Amino acid sequence: MTTLLINKKKYTIDVDPEMPLLWAIRDTIGLTGTKFGCGIGACGACKVLVDNVAAYSCLTPVSTVVGKNITTIEGTTENLQLLQKSWEEFNVPQCGYCQPGQLITATSLLNSNKNPSDNDIDDAMSGNICRCGTYQRIKSAIKHTVELKKQR
Amino acid sequence: MNEIQNISRRAFIKNMGLASGGLILACNYTLFSQDTESGNVTEFNPNLFVQLNSDGSLIIIASRSEMGNGVRTSLTSVVADEMEADWNRVSVKQATGDAKYGDQNTDGSRSVADFYDTMRTMGAMARMMLITAAAKKWQVPESECKAQNHFIVHSSGKKLGYGELVDLVKTLPVPTTISYKNPKDFKYIGKTLKSIDVKDFANGSAIYGIDKRLPNMKVVAIARCPVTFGTVKSFDKTAAMKIRGVIDVIEIPRIEKPFGPLGGVAVIASNTWAAFKGKEALEIQWNYGKNEGYDSEKYMVELTERVHKAGKTEKAIGDVNKAFSEAAKVIESTFQLPHLAHAPMEVPNAVAWVQGDTCEVWAPTQSPQSAREEVSNYLGTALDKVTINVTFLGGGFGRKSKPDYIVEAAMISKAINAPVQVVWSREDDIKHGYYHTVSSQYMKASLDEQGNVTGWLHRSAFPSIMSTFKPGTDYPAGWEASSAADVPFAIKNFKVESGQAPAMVRIGWMRSVINILHGFSINVFADELAHAAKQDPLEFRLKLIGDDRIEDTKDPIKYNTARLKNVLKMATKNANWGKQLPKGHAHGIAVHYSFYSYVASVVELSMVDDKVKIHNVHTVIDCGIAVNKDTIKSQMEGAAIFGMSLAYYGKITAKDGAIEQNSYSDYRMIRMNEIPKVHVEIVESSERPTGVGEPGVPVIAPAIINAIFKLTGKRYYNLPLSDYDLV
Repeated sequence: MTTLLINKKKYTIDVDPEMPLLWAIRDTIGLTGTKFGCGIGACGACKVLVDNVAAYSCLTPVSTVVGKNITTIEGTTENLQLLQKSWEEFNVPQCGYCQPGQLITATSLLNSNKNPSDNDIDDAMSGNICRCGTYQRIKSAIKHTVELKKQR
Repeated sequence: MNEIQNISRRAFIKNMGLASGGLILACNYTLFSQDTESGNVTEFNPNLFVQLNSDGSLIIIASRSEMGNGVRTSLTSVVADEMEADWNRVSVKQATGDAKYGDQNTDGSRSVADFYDTMRTMGAMARMMLITAAAKKWQVPESECKAQNHFIVHSSGKKLGYGELVDLVKTLPVPTTISYKNPKDFKYIGKTLKSIDVKDFANGSAIYGIDKRLPNMKVVAIARCPVTFGTVKSFDKTAAMKIRGVIDVIEIPRIEKPFGPLGGVAVIASNTWAAFKGKEALEIQWNYGKNEGYDSEKYMVELTERVHKAGKTEKAIGDVNKAFSEAAKVIESTFQLPHLAHAPMEVPNAVAWVQGDTCEVWAPTQSPQSAREEVSNYLGTALDKVTINVTFLGGGFGRKSKPDYIVEAAMISKAINAPVQVVWSREDDIKHGYYHTVSSQYMKASLDEQGNVTGWLHRSAFPSIMSTFKPGTDYPAGWEASSAADVPFAIKNFKVESGQAPAMVRIGWMRSVINILHGFSINVFADELAHAAKQDPLEFRLKLIGDDRIEDTKDPIKYNTARLKNVLKMATKNANWGKQLPKGHAHGIAVHYSFYSYVASVVELSMVDDKVKIHNVHTVIDCGIAVNKDTIKSQMEGAAIFGMSLAYYGKITAKDGAIEQNSYSDYRMIRMNEIPKVHVEIVESSERPTGVGEPGVPVIAPAIINAIFKLTGKRYYNLPLSDYDLV
């Protein structure tokens, strides 16, 4: 049995320790906000926060994250919630499918960098693909969130 | 005519996903009024639904699929606006696949274009009936009442909420003469509305097909033959069965239909990872079949040989050969474009549960009706025994209008007598798609001494989409050829020809379809001619389009050259065409008409360390009445990125019949660090609404090529640019 701490809640599951966290979250635990895109860490749809840093859950065996603090799109950390509001404000999503991964990656960026430059945003976000091409709005929404935080 | 009826008390509404008790309007919708039945309609056949409940909530059924196109918001807002409804009281319910809703195939950029008038009429009728009901209640003339934000207000100031009027209004007949709102009073149409689903997208609660769960559901991965239409010779499941979570391995047959599954070996498991691992552990011997020899590089050489010889005439005006022989200058070019894959972020997947003679499906599908038909055909069960629930689509781009993956799920659910979810891997998606066609095109034109184009020959060879529907088809369909033939250039000698091109993989439509290749070659060649004529590409192009006129394209919607020139003028003005640019920057233009809309883009780029860097894209679209400006803007922004992806990296190749690319690692997409600023302007128009989802794509790649030429003097005729090491 493996115990995972996801969004501040404990889940004890019986899975192969090599199973990628993505499938433990989606298939075993049943939180479906985290998405499958490629399974090889090339698109970022599957990203979750592991101890506040974005990780490709499709490449992360569950055995490696036992005892760590995992946050998915269903989580409620401050930066994630602020970003979600900006996403709504800028009407970012088109099909919406990649957006959980985009939001988690942006949260990870803001967790480590209070004032990211355009280049910082590009660097942080370039592991995430949006086939609809919403990048421009994603960028605007991140910058808006940074500004909001500065004013607080 | 569209016939709309009040069906509030009809029995069948309980089958349509709406609770009874409210006002319900249904519409008998006829596309372009083409298939008018002769006279007496005995059975009312409703397609579209609006329901107003006594608590004032308004439910509008979305019969079209949401895949990023924003249709659940735009069409809903049309009804709400005409009805004078409060947007906060509106919710959307997704329709299941059913012919009663009219055409549900969400493709061809036509959801708003085809349903705008009807949705407006439904809203207007509801508003008029609410006014009638209030006037009756108050015993006052209707002329003293008006609708205002979910209330009927009397001139004395008293008012009744829409919900309070439901009991009375549902007994009323629908009005026979409709009075529409004055467009200047629109509250939602022509404005900017956020997606009605934006919260669910941002918090991860939106349910896509891949998120559907049923009790005791099994997950299935399928190994398919690397060569299109190859079959299983034998397989060994020993290693796969040892993987924890794998339940069984079964062979599934190929169904020889356009949307039939390819067949293969299915691994049934308790979770997706086990299914994927089980699939990798299979040992399979294949019969590769007739497509084993497909080598896309050699095929391109053959296609190119064909377009360098005379082909089948699609259109001929005047005498091009005479024009060429009398010309001051003759220009010839050949264009080669590879296959492309849709690669939507959400892979093809479907949940199906066959129980007895019924089947219920949950799937991300652009075409729930064809899914229903295919499943019903496969199971040999009546159409009404099959229910197709349409989830959100994690992108579609044309891939999800082909329900092969849905039939797979039904097939396996029936075989193992359990609910199943078929999930394609990304590799499955890249290797077993319905590809955008591969093409070679030859163009030849003549110029006179003044640089006027006197002759134009356009010869294309590409496997037709019709090859998927009628195997053996090896020439384009009329509509495919027409995107080259209907170019509105004022040229006296004009000829379009097609070359033979047999299909070696499944060919399907992908966002903007045939316009990808024809929009590319026509725009690049026109630019080349401008430079050959030593003229400004903008001025040259405006002259080439010629006088303001309506082109007869034999379509119900006419092609207006003034609107084509207008978008080009606006886009170049917005981009400061002809003015000083930052050092080392250059502009390229392209303009194209598709899906009845007019789009021009100006690309501004520079070369950084011998690589293309796009700084700005200025796009202008004329799509008639702009229903939701923010959706149109986001579609143009997305189309620029989609166009850049295919221009930079888009290339699917085949060797020994097998697709060589695997995933996003070697079938690359534009990423955040590569994006330009995309500036969008929408032409103010009162013309009927036309396409939005697709027409922004075809202009991007040629505008890039034209800008590169302007900057470097080098003309590229083939895509993608990664082949030239330019990106």
